Amino acid sequence: MSLQVLADGLIQGSLIALGAAGVTMTYGTLRFGNFAHGELMSAGAYAALVVVGALGSVWPASLVTPDGMTVTIALGVGLLIAALGSGLVASVIDRVVFKPVRDRGVAIAVSMASFGVSMALRALLETIFSARPRYYSEDLSIAWEFGDVRIAPDQLVVVAVVALIFMLLGWFLTRSRIGREMRAVGENPTLAAVVGIDVAQVVRATWLCGGAVAGAAGVGLGLLVQIRPSMGAELLLPMFAAAIVGGLGSLRGALLGGLLVGCGEAAAVAYVGAQWRAAVSFALLVLVLMIRPAGLFGRPE
Amino acid sequence: MSGALSGWLAYAASFGVLVLVQGVACLGLNLQWGQTGLFNVGVAGLVAVGAYTSAILTSAAVAGHSGGFGLPVVVGCLGAVLVAGAVSGLLGLLTLRLRTDYLAITTFGVAVVIDLLIRNLTGLTGGPLGIGFIPRPFESLGLGADAFRAVSFVWVALVVLLAYLLLERLVASPWGRVLRALREDERAAAALGKSPTRYRLQSFVIGGALMGLAGALQAHTLGFIAPENYSAALTFQVWAMLIIGGSGNNRGALLGSVLVVALWSATGLLAANVLPPDWQARGAALRIVAIGVLLAAAILWRPRGLMGESVTVSRHLDHD
Repeated sequence: MSLQVLADGLIQGSLIALGAAGVTMTYGTLRFGNFAHGELMSAGAYAALVVVGALGSVWPASLVTPDGMTVTIALGVGLLIAALGSGLVASVIDRVVFKPVRDRGVAIAVSMASFGVSMALRALLETIFSARPRYYSEDLSIAWEFGDVRIAPDQLVVVAVVALIFMLLGWFLTRSRIGREMRAVGENPTLAAVVGIDVAQVVRATWLCGGAVAGAAGVGLGLLVQIRPSMGAELLLPMFAAAIVGGLGSLRGALLGGLLVGCGEAAAVAYVGAQWRAAVSFALLVLVLMIRPAGLFGRPE
Repeated sequence: MSGALSGWLAYAASFGVLVLVQGVACLGLNLQWGQTGLFNVGVAGLVAVGAYTSAILTSAAVAGHSGGFGLPVVVGCLGAVLVAGAVSGLLGLLTLRLRTDYLAITTFGVAVVIDLLIRNLTGLTGGPLGIGFIPRPFESLGLGADAFRAVSFVWVALVVLLAYLLLERLVASPWGRVLRALREDERAAAALGKSPTRYRLQSFVIGGALMGLAGALQAHTLGFIAPENYSAALTFQVWAMLIIGGSGNNRGALLGSVLVVALWSATGLLAANVLPPDWQARGAALRIVAIGVLLAAAILWRPRGLMGESVTVSRHLDHD
């Protein structure tokens, strides 16, 4: 594999990993695969687009201004609003749709409801913004050359932000009180309630946090590729594959799984053909289910 | 027959064919989800497998394309059932012994890969253009357009009736009882010596085969198929039918098909006639939202659907 393919794979993989981190967090605490996670990403991407549209003329300047970077202060503000917005959307959806279904006690029915939410949310985004691809900036991000490898400064920003979010998440899940409570609820909700954990509060925190991570990943994807209502849905299979390859519920697993899937996709694009890219995630998924269904860092149930 | 009346009947027949085709897929999903509790997000993929299998087996050979065997429609339909059943079987073998979410995620993945295959194996599937000139039964009789639609409705209705009767027998049989027992309490059923994986696999394969049959029926009534017929929206519609009509009840599944296809057609007409041209594409998206709203309303106010599963335990246990 050439260095360029590896670099492309790691960049795309970092976004898949961030998406998978959200999937694995909601799975780890609430024990269901959320099919609407892709739309939470798209919603975040559009929220940031609205912010950039409103603030772009006020703050056109780049955060730092090296040649060929299109990231602006307005987009930075947009990222924060997107994270907050997607977190709130996720919380509202849980309150209105998932909670009533969950209270009836059939776990898999929540997954099904999330599939319905995903379709409806995507259709709603398309109704509001139309299916036309949008971009945060009309400018081109011009690649820098590192020896034989070409990387755009926008891509470096995205990778740095993803790394930062992963560090924050790792700290949050293992060191903060609410993060530890989330893991306790994931292990056993009844037992967690018995020792005095407010399960309803933990569920709210999980959605707020999982949605925020999705929103941030959506902005990254919108910056590097384009903004479309189906952008998140198209990343859903790679994200699920990454989360399962790494082991559902494991943050380290989501990171490693995402990078693996990303490199696999980049290799497929370079050596087989871009149209077969989506098959890579499925092949990896099937391979893991056959050899080690618990994933790299997961525990067998 | 007056022109207006026969026109109306022809419209009703076309509507009926749409309902029946999606109804078969919904019957398959009812076996998988309603009776067995298996979550399948790849309905559209299995319908596509059926449609393309039958189309490739029955179409006349075209220069530059592989396939085109020119076989009878009956053989095409059987092929569709077998191939869709086999794909479901492989999926089931891979995931049914694992936790339930894996089945859902893998079926989602299969639908993505099937879409990828039918778009890119251009020599076999026609790629984005799809396959045209698929034989339609009784087309060669030279009936008028309206009479032909009525005849199409009749033969599809007979096939669906057969599938329905077969399913009713299966559901009422001891085999059907085991499925429900596994769905309600896997451990208890397993303790009675019923292998959960084996029964689930059988249910999943038969359900998938029915979805393949739905695809074949669609191909042989439309005469033309293309990849966009088999998007996630189709899966969503079939799911909406089952939940609205009543999961666990075959008649409910068919009633749900009538309602969802009616809503889909009505909102389609409305969008085409009311919305300005540049809003047409967005209007199509709004139709999905309309089904979502109907679905949410059904879940909130009639969680068991319009025709819920009939109670099979003793009625005397329930005193309210």
